[in-house]
Amino acid sequence: MTSVSLNLPLAQLSLVAVFAAMAIYTLSFLVFVWHLTSIASEDKAASAKSANLQKFGYGLLVLAVFVHGIGVVTRGIAASRVPWANMYEFSVSGSFILVAIFVFAWRVRDIRIIATFVTGFALLVLGTATNIFYVQVKTLMPALQSYWLVIHVTVAVLATAFFNIAAALSVAYLLKTSAYVEKSQSKVVGFARRVLAAFPEQQRLERLQVRFNSIGLVLWSFTLIAGAIWAQRAWHRYWGWDTKEVWTFIIWTLYAGYFHATSTRGWTGKRAAWLSLVGFTAIIFNFTIVNLFFKGLHVYSGL
Amino acid sequence: MSQRSEAFEPDTTPDSPELGLLGWLRWTWRQLTSMRTALILLLLLAAAAIPGSLYPQRSADPNGVTTYFQGNPELAKILDWFQLFDVYSSVWFSAIYILLFVSLIGCVVPRTRVHYRAMRSQPGEVPAKLTRFPGYKKTATDASTKAILDAAEATLAEQGYRLVRRKDSISAERGYLRETGNLVFHFALIGVLIAAGIGGGFSYNGQRVLVEGEVFVNNLASYDSFAPGVFFDETQLKPFSVALDKFEVSFDLKNSTNIGTPLDFRAYVSSKLSGDANASSAVIRVNEPLELPGANVYLTGNGYAPVITFTDADGQISFSGPVVFLPQDANYTSLGVVKLPDSKPKQFGVLAFFYPTKQQLKTGAFTSIYPDPIDPLLSMNLYVGDLGLNDGSPENVFSLNTHGLNQVAGGKSGTKAVKLVIGQTVKLPKGLGSVTFNGLKRYASLDIAYNPAELWILLFALLALGGLGVSLTVPRRRVWVRKFEGGFEVAALAHNDDPRLPTLVDDFVAAIAPKKGRKK
Ligand code: HEM
Repeated sequence: MTSVSLNLPLAQLSLVAVFAAMAIYTLSFLVFVWHLTSIASEDKAASAKSANLQKFGYGLLVLAVFVHGIGVVTRGIAASRVPWANMYEFSVSGSFILVAIFVFAWRVRDIRIIATFVTGFALLVLGTATNIFYVQVKTLMPALQSYWLVIHVTVAVLATAFFNIAAALSVAYLLKTSAYVEKSQSKVVGFARRVLAAFPEQQRLERLQVRFNSIGLVLWSFTLIAGAIWAQRAWHRYWGWDTKEVWTFIIWTLYAGYFHATSTRGWTGKRAAWLSLVGFTAIIFNFTIVNLFFKGLHVYSGL
Repeated sequence: MSQRSEAFEPDTTPDSPELGLLGWLRWTWRQLTSMRTALILLLLLAAAAIPGSLYPQRSADPNGVTTYFQGNPELAKILDWFQLFDVYSSVWFSAIYILLFVSLIGCVVPRTRVHYRAMRSQPGEVPAKLTRFPGYKKTATDASTKAILDAAEATLAEQGYRLVRRKDSISAERGYLRETGNLVFHFALIGVLIAAGIGGGFSYNGQRVLVEGEVFVNNLASYDSFAPGVFFDETQLKPFSVALDKFEVSFDLKNSTNIGTPLDFRAYVSSKLSGDANASSAVIRVNEPLELPGANVYLTGNGYAPVITFTDADGQISFSGPVVFLPQDANYTSLGVVKLPDSKPKQFGVLAFFYPTKQQLKTGAFTSIYPDPIDPLLSMNLYVGDLGLNDGSPENVFSLNTHGLNQVAGGKSGTKAVKLVIGQTVKLPKGLGSVTFNGLKRYASLDIAYNPAELWILLFALLALGGLGVSLTVPRRRVWVRKFEGGFEVAALAHNDDPRLPTLVDDFVAAIAPKKGRKK
């Protein structure tokens, strides 16, 4: 690569699309929240309307993901490469994949209920990306010029999206099985209890969580292997305990632990759900704190 | 949940309370090879890996460790005692993963035996009490035993079940591949560990800085630094040579947000194997190593090597050649050191800065504003005094210990730093002679690495991935059908709690029960 044209106006357009998507996500998020409150309402008419609300929220979500997709694609065209070479781009593309997977998983009826969580999370990621991580389009540094950037990072993003949905299901599971939520006399908790009553039953939540985590683990294993192959070419060794490699390993080990828990007597259910959350926390930690504050070879935040 | 455990998890309860020594050993072994232990060891391993990302590691960042020791000598000593600068080769980290792998072997070997037997034998007897299973249905019918069992057998066979039909019952099972995948996965992990261990032992890697025009010959003396594995032996170094003909860098000059960003590094090399008459040329890039028999050559860094000549007061050339300068920032402001122990009348040292595209700041100091040599400047500070090169202690060619030396040019010495552009010769202060900036070359830092096990590790890793994929997707189920006078019952058990089991059983019953209105 000796010369590249960056298209700055198009990059501006991409940012506009991302902001527009955020606006629609916000609307969609509010509708989903409204949906949850109407489910919990004791007023029969209101809760009958709730199915329509959910449909409306979904429509908004599809629109948002479409606009978000425009933002991702135009950023890629503006930079003439894949749009995930720094933290801003990784956040924007990653949250896009997350919502896209969720939109496709909508067919699984029981998953719809975590829409609030997913849209809320996507909003949080996009807000952080545009406010804190934003950088102008740049060319790729030579170490990143490899088709492994496409393979390794795409799969990492996918894995993260699956782990993310599983984490949302784990939260729902833990709330649903919480003795405190079940017994507390407080009004707020009573309300939460009614919302939770609309969630799929506990076993179903557990099962879905295992499903999403297992797809996540397979993808993450692939990410790890692809990363090692790339490291072998770019850094002359397949594994060197670089900070980012360490955290990829930690995350992998945590989820391996999670799967052992799901088939170990006394470790299923709540403990497994907690492990799923610990795993996801490690992923977030890896992406934020490790990228920004730890020293290592993966200095690609672009900040 | 309990059915799953009964059916699939190896029993881990201890034998009996009165144990002899053998009993205790057996008990310990069972504990070690239990799933719970594996789980806890896995979580421990995850936790134990964390400190390695908090403290600099000798293997990945030796300079970081040195700096840490300089900054907090007391704390560093304590941390070092706990091997926190060598986490991944520490006693405690090794203990965890060795235990984990012992546990793994102790777990998968017996499971393989059980699985092998299960694959060769037929599904077992129908349990006496079917009502306790999560999927269960009893249906009344006056169809004949043969009709029901024929239909059940056909449906099950179609769904890929292995089954055995007895007088009035069928036991069926599917999803053996799940356990096969699981075992392949766990064995492949052992394969990865062994391959990585052996490969690490026979591997080596070394570094060499090569200036344009220089040749590297693959023998121990040619390396600037060299790290062999424990089984390494010098005959492993295959005779080849690599000459750096030219080094090119492309920086972005076009896009305003991106000026000066490197786009590409290219090392044009000629390599020669021992028998070759002619050298073959190649280009090494950051992601594209040169693959030679017995080693790969990687490009890991680059910079400028100004060619400098010093002539001393007697007119003798005391130094002449390219000097490797280390880049200090993205615009290649670079730092280099020259030591002239034999210069007359006095030995002196030079601390030099190189600015590829110079610009003077308001303070009078210089900086580089672009990484290509558009307007290069060399600036030197001179230090007179004993350089300490004669006592035989190892010297660092990239640093000059100015302690005890007397600065005679640059800084606060009162004399300006010596400044040169290409082709210029300048007289040095204090009668030290003169210096010429003859020209500019670039250099490449090369890494020469060899690991014979890479392919094996990759194969085992992919095998593990495949096994994992299979074991997480193939459902494992057992189905039993029993005919009795006036009806039949069906029960099903899945490996993991599968809420679809009741539906599955319903569908199955609907499929095999004689249709209403049809003659039986
Ligand atoms: C290096 C250590 C280990 C790693 C990374 C690891 C990883 C995994 C993973 C990712 C799974 C999920 C795949 C599946 O559910 O089929 C799994 C399952 C399993 N592991 Fe391990 N494991 C390790 C050690 C062990 C040990 C020591 C044991 C024996 C005590 C063991 C026994 C099992 C069993 C029985 C399953 C199947 C669980 C099931 O069928 O649901 N593993 N392991």
